[in-house]
Amino acid sequence: MTLDIFKEKGTPLDEQRFTWRELVQAPTSKLDDDAFTRVRIILMNGLEADRIRTSHAMARMMNGEMRLPLAKIRRIEQHQQTMVNWLLPADLSPLETTIAFEQVAIEVTASVALREPDEYMAQVYRFGLLEDFDHLYRFSGLMDRVMGADANNIIQNYSDIMPGRPTMVEHRAPEDDLREHYTSATADPLTKLHAATITASENQTHDYYMTIGPMFADPIARQLYAEIASIEEQHVTQYESMMDPNESPLEKWLLHEAMEVYNYLGCMAYETNPRVKDIWTRFVDYELGHLHTVMELFKTIENRDPAEILPQTLPEPIDYQSHRQFVRETLNAEVDLRASGTQFIHKDDEADRSPRSIEYREHMNSEGSPSEIVAAGYTWTPGTELTEGKSAFARGASA
Amino acid sequence: MTRTGAKQASSGNRTGMQTSPELAEELMEGASSAMPSSEGGVENIAESRGEYIAEGFPIGSMPMMPASEEGEADEEEAGMAVFLDKLSERLAFERQGVRLYEALLNKCQTLGESAPGPTLEEIEHIGSEELQHFLLVNNAITEIGGDPTVQSPCADVIGVASLGLVQILTDPRSSLPQCLQAMLTAELTDNDGWQLLIKLADNLGFDDMKAEFETALAHEEEHLQNVRNWLSECVLESAQV
Repeated sequence: MTLDIFKEKGTPLDEQRFTWRELVQAPTSKLDDDAFTRVRIILMNGLEADRIRTSHAMARMMNGEMRLPLAKIRRIEQHQQTMVNWLLPADLSPLETTIAFEQVAIEVTASVALREPDEYMAQVYRFGLLEDFDHLYRFSGLMDRVMGADANNIIQNYSDIMPGRPTMVEHRAPEDDLREHYTSATADPLTKLHAATITASENQTHDYYMTIGPMFADPIARQLYAEIASIEEQHVTQYESMMDPNESPLEKWLLHEAMEVYNYLGCMAYETNPRVKDIWTRFVDYELGHLHTVMELFKTIENRDPAEILPQTLPEPIDYQSHRQFVRETLNAEVDLRASGTQFIHKDDEADRSPRSIEYREHMNSEGSPSEIVAAGYTWTPGTELTEGKSAFARGASA
Repeated sequence: MTRTGAKQASSGNRTGMQTSPELAEELMEGASSAMPSSEGGVENIAESRGEYIAEGFPIGSMPMMPASEEGEADEEEAGMAVFLDKLSERLAFERQGVRLYEALLNKCQTLGESAPGPTLEEIEHIGSEELQHFLLVNNAITEIGGDPTVQSPCADVIGVASLGLVQILTDPRSSLPQCLQAMLTAELTDNDGWQLLIKLADNLGFDDMKAEFETALAHEEEHLQNVRNWLSECVLESAQV
């Protein structure tokens, strides 16, 4: 993307204003909008939520000269998040939103894995991708078998609904969830943007599942959310561990703002809904305003040049389209990978090299695996498995 | 009034397989070629759910009743507990019914009256009767020594069951026929609810209450018939048949 982020100053902070009526616009349509419009809304909500989360963390640890600029930008991002998240309609149920969250995790992570210049980091993304891919299949089973609905109404044919790395084997000891981190001084800027994007997205998914899990009545739904929320926590642990611990908090803030510009630009480039595109366009300018404010702080507080950290122009954006072939190739080649410390190994070596994970997993699954129970013998079928007559009644189980 | 949203209508519903036949073909091919990670079926969910059912935790209970002289709840007390639970359910439903008709009135006021469909006066008439019914049940609970501010288990359950009705009626995007469809669900439930309450009042010997409830049921039967007719007329007209 040819936008020069040093020259383009965006909207000044004082002009970044909202009304309640502006924040709450007519939502998108669950039925008529393209699934990737929903994917972008969920992703950008996650990125704004992450900025607010980390801004609060910074404020609690650095309640000095940074606290006012943090508070000012945080207020705007609060309202940006609201405007974005409130684009989701009321008829999108929590489980349907869950299906959409997993589509975000699959398609966005696939694009990131394909574009990632660092081969180790790309491997980490592919590893996580196959786990979220399996979550989509498990939640689709739940939707079919408990709610009597078809997940593809949300997915719109773009993503496969079939098993990935089985969720029941995704449970690992913390020692096996941590990864090598990039080195800020030498890493490609895109590597940094990717890590910030995927960490934010996964953190949102974790928080969402932790919020809505108890809203379900069905005990297997409650168990499945408990199980997959636990994996999402592992994923946040994994992805945030990819970031250089020697980056200062201000450097991380600078990167986060650049990452937001990068992603709003990508959303703008791909958006098919004109009303939503207007919001992405407006927020590119808002984020440029945030970025330049933080650049100034970086100069004055750390006496460093933002050009040390940021590229002059931003890389190609996330590719909002089906990555079916890439995901299938990854599935075929890497479904049997497991983690041992920061490295990836074949499952046959896990007993020797990751005994802690096996012990942890076996205990967690010792009273049953929700993800296996919900999808026992499950094959996604257009219009639900009832079109194949697969029901307790067909088997005479009701007698 | 001008509905600007309608002018921004998109390219149509995208939820079906035929939206993108090639992608659909790939999706089906992938799903059918994959093996589930374990054997079984929907019965595995039932078995797991069954374990929790067997534990026997209830949604909740009625407030503690004063103990009888023998220290045990007698038959009459058990009957009163059931009656109060169902009265509380009706109270909750009628109270929500008032809000549902307020939302319907709001929609019709904004869109303007149209034929077929209810007039504003007709909606106001039904809404005012729902309010009367709410007050009637409120008094009935007080009269027999109950607490009308309690949310009983049946009141809670009917509230969960009708969450979708509120979502539909208050959604600015829902059409009049879609709202009427939701109201038909409400009125069908309401009619049966009153019938059951009348049987309970009769069996427990509350004759005055029974008579008042029969008047309420007569109103509800009229509501049901009206909503049914409006919905039917609206749908048939939109189908131009």
